Amino acid sequence: MSESHERDETPQDHGHDHPKHELSFYAKRIYAIRDLLLEKGVITEKDIQCQIEYQEARSPANGANLVARAWVDPAFKTRLIGDPKAACAEIGIDATSINEFVVLENSEKVRHMVVCTLCSCYPRPILGRPPDWYKSFNYRQRAVNDPRGVMREFGLELPDDVEVRVHDSTADIRYLVLPVRPKGTERLSETELAKLVTRDSMIGVMDALPAVPTS
Amino acid sequence: MPRGHHDVGGLLGAGVIDQTEHQLSDWEILADAVNQALGARGIKRTDEMRRAREEMDSATYRELTYYERWIASIEAILIEKKILTREEIDQRQAQFESKWGEP
Amino acid sequence: MGRAVTSEQTKFKPGDRVRVRTDDRPGHIRTPCYIRGKIGWVERVYGEFLNPESLAYGRDGLPRRTLYLVAFNQADVWEKTAAAKDKVLVDIYEHWLDPAG
Repeated sequence: MSESHERDETPQDHGHDHPKHELSFYAKRIYAIRDLLLEKGVITEKDIQCQIEYQEARSPANGANLVARAWVDPAFKTRLIGDPKAACAEIGIDATSINEFVVLENSEKVRHMVVCTLCSCYPRPILGRPPDWYKSFNYRQRAVNDPRGVMREFGLELPDDVEVRVHDSTADIRYLVLPVRPKGTERLSETELAKLVTRDSMIGVMDALPAVPTS
Repeated sequence: MPRGHHDVGGLLGAGVIDQTEHQLSDWEILADAVNQALGARGIKRTDEMRRAREEMDSATYRELTYYERWIASIEAILIEKKILTREEIDQRQAQFESKWGEP
Repeated sequence: MGRAVTSEQTKFKPGDRVRVRTDDRPGHIRTPCYIRGKIGWVERVYGEFLNPESLAYGRDGLPRRTLYLVAFNQADVWEKTAAAKDKVLVDIYEHWLDPAG
């Protein structure tokens, strides 16, 4: 029997798992695959750790910061739409691993929505991992032929004179929706504005959150 | 030719979108990281992984969870590229299972 | 990464009407079924990319294919549409497009 390194623990044990003997067939299998790949030198522990850390550093906060900056600074907004990767670099977001990045600007008369009907392509280097619903068959099926129905489920009802544009990201382009700045937010700071920008508003199934009334 | 099981845009009969989110289990985080690490090392491309999922048995495709599908396609591609064999994966999995105890 | 091209170099230009081919062949295809046979127009030229149909089988993806953003009226794609102005936009490779006149 070859010496197994018996690496069956993950570097970050968040304790979210059931005991390992209760895991499903494929859940158990990835531990075996990982152990063999390390043993054969195909990848290293450091490779795995780096990827875990890379992924944890990515979240919707990145996108929210881009959007908030675009709302307060029209010149930045122009740069964001014209060269999104460069605009990310400007505010310290590492978008280098994204192939091609396109920002879709919403307006009073136009709303965008993004889906990947064929799998689950998503701007992960900016926003982190997609939510489960984005990867679900129901979303992938309905986003293209019933976008208004999908938006309704997320609380967004649009009149017929607003154009809804659904992007199916079938290739290497990754899309980010730039939501409309909510009314009555003129006095808010960039940080406060960023809090109104939800992940779902950057996918396009809803608008940004309204400003909280102060009176 | 029949439509691929992954090609679901516009299919009717889809229901309400379940918006509950689950925190990733350790094994899912690991699957994600192994997938990305293999890509970063140039061992496989995302296109190959997609194709592996498309070639999967259709019933299996619909039954597995998202990351289970990833693990199945990682395995398929590694075997195809003769980096691992099914037998050695089975063997290592059996070794771990005996260490972890019976379900 | 996409390789930049100018409109002069590409077969289709923004504004051109195009029809998505209805080829029915095996392999890793990134042109969804719902859009095949439909007529739309080119919105943007994204540049030249390695061909995923080849990359998916471990091949080199050459020659590069021009990728277009093609827009369709929802009313032209589905039998029933909620709103007349709505559009669906798909990223499609040149070899899947024919001129629609």
